[in-house]
Amino acid sequence: MAPLLEVADLRTEFRTARGVIRAVDDVCWDVMPGETVALVGESGCGKSVSALSVMRLVAEPAGRIVGGRILFKGRDLLALSEEEMQQVRGREIGMVFQEPMTSLNPVLTIGRQLTEAMEIHLGMASAESRARALELLDTVGIPDPERRLAQYPHQFSGGMRQRMMIAMALSCRPALILADEPTTALDVTIQAQILELLKGLSRRFGVAMLIITHNLGVVARYADRVNVMYAARIVERGKAADLYAHPRHPYTIGLLRSVPRLDAPRRAKLLPIPGQPPDLGRLPPGCAFAPRCDHAVERCWTTAPPLDDVGAGHRSACWVARSLSARVPA
Amino acid sequence: MSEPLVAPAAPGRTARSGEVVLAVRNLVKHFEVGGGLFGGARGVVKAVDGVSFEIRRGETLGLVGESGCGKTTAGRCILQLERPTSGEVVFEGRNLTALAESELRAVRRRIQVIFQDPYSSLNPRMTVGDMLAEPLAVHGIVPDARARAERVQELLAHVGLPGSMARRYAHQLSGGQRQRVGIARALACEPSLIVCDEPVSALDVSIQAQIINLLEDLQERLGLTYLFVAHDLSVVRHISGRVAVMYLGKIVEITDRDSLYDAPQHPYTKALLSAVPIPDPAIEAKRERTVLAGEVPSPLKPPSGCVFHSRCPLAIDECRRTVPELREVQPAHRAACIRL
Repeated sequence: MAPLLEVADLRTEFRTARGVIRAVDDVCWDVMPGETVALVGESGCGKSVSALSVMRLVAEPAGRIVGGRILFKGRDLLALSEEEMQQVRGREIGMVFQEPMTSLNPVLTIGRQLTEAMEIHLGMASAESRARALELLDTVGIPDPERRLAQYPHQFSGGMRQRMMIAMALSCRPALILADEPTTALDVTIQAQILELLKGLSRRFGVAMLIITHNLGVVARYADRVNVMYAARIVERGKAADLYAHPRHPYTIGLLRSVPRLDAPRRAKLLPIPGQPPDLGRLPPGCAFAPRCDHAVERCWTTAPPLDDVGAGHRSACWVARSLSARVPA
Repeated sequence: MSEPLVAPAAPGRTARSGEVVLAVRNLVKHFEVGGGLFGGARGVVKAVDGVSFEIRRGETLGLVGESGCGKTTAGRCILQLERPTSGEVVFEGRNLTALAESELRAVRRRIQVIFQDPYSSLNPRMTVGDMLAEPLAVHGIVPDARARAERVQELLAHVGLPGSMARRYAHQLSGGQRQRVGIARALACEPSLIVCDEPVSALDVSIQAQIINLLEDLQERLGLTYLFVAHDLSVVRHISGRVAVMYLGKIVEITDRDSLYDAPQHPYTKALLSAVPIPDPAIEAKRERTVLAGEVPSPLKPPSGCVFHSRCPLAIDECRRTVPELREVQPAHRAACIRL
């Protein structure tokens, strides 16, 4: 089966007062039809810029995609005109962002925002788009849809706004939804509702999902495959089950160790990753994680390791990946 | 380090044996909303509605709940940043709600706060050194300028920062370093109680553990008492000796850490714990979860009877009418639910 989305050798840069910063550095990943893939990492690792690059929404002129290919259903999105790209955004690829209030128009009714895309992209007449809007609100679990369609975003709670974003993302029956920190701004009980909803809809409609998050728990519950990003690169990739059971990159191991877990006996001390997250403007010549790594050897300081195969579909960008026996203590 | 920053911890600083540092009794904070220039319906938000708890010296009490549950307002009332509508905040034997502003000043030194976002709580125009020296001068803790500079170095060392940080500005620091400065500033006043309001939730995962370990080390070394306000149940479990769970302005359950996490009693606590995803796909695949229906009701119009009844899987008719009192359902384990 061919991937639905294939990102190859993607490089995205930002010009800043301090020089050019490479926010996404030679990154490859893909999403198969119907699959849920996660991009995990901490702030500034390049996960959100990766998604924005796919949608060609990197803010120019400071930001620029300087290399690579983004093949969606076999077509290179980077070669499309802006008009053609508009047909992809919202129609073929839906988007759900962290803060729905900033992506909804405050002066348009919920109904209008929902029907507009369907009228533009699918050429629906207003009666038809309204009927579909009602159906969508029901699908995403917004009660009393008739009344809700006439309301404005500020009349919705945070959880309801996120449901509304999901309804909008689904409206044109996309093949892929990009969800960038979809539940980070929500309370834990609402987060559970929204994630269950997204996963349910993805199964029901066969929509593939790319979830971008820093939350390792969310990834464990919902992702089929995981890409771990650090300092603009992917440092580990694998099936979620493999990656969590046998992490093969010191950064992943460190992350999994550092979070307290509700299901494990309480430890006397947490085991943090030492040091600070990297400054993308001042990366060391070798592996960006070397300054914080317990396993670093001489080579790590001079040459960045490639994302190499370490076993059935599992890849790690680490010179000592094969000798890492470190298990995540339960 | 020349001398301890605060009096050494009382002997036997385990949760149960220390003296009570803070006693909050029947704390109520109501905000009036609406009316005024832009109209809107007048109403009263009962942000904190009859909350009581005690914290003993050297102990950490975790205060958890979702946004709008009143946990931050409760913390602000304890700090007297908000004056409570009614109730008592008794700190080291004195009822702060009865003190005038002028009398509060001396007390404030002893209760410090660490905020969620160290960026907005640090002065962008001051060097780290000046920020740490300021409270030392203002409160007359270290009147001599040279001694102050030494104490600043000591404070930086306490929070694991190199002395050279004193010359930096907040914007030159990473998030984790800024939070360390925020902690050093709280320590400068030699407090006995620190209200930690979501101190790690704005930090990257890899940095959170560093800051939590630091808070624990400082507690041990300096005999500090913490009120740890947070929404992350895993973090609260790690750091707290006892935990109180809030919902719509009320404490619905309070007990020691292990009882709460191993044998939660209140249906809201159970649902909260079940909603936390575990970073392990094998466990997640097998896990039963209770996804609560609905959302937290508006605090302007809280449900009658038990405030949780509108989302509670156990609710019966009686729950709409009776306000459940927080009572002992197991030894030293209190919950507010008539179904228990």
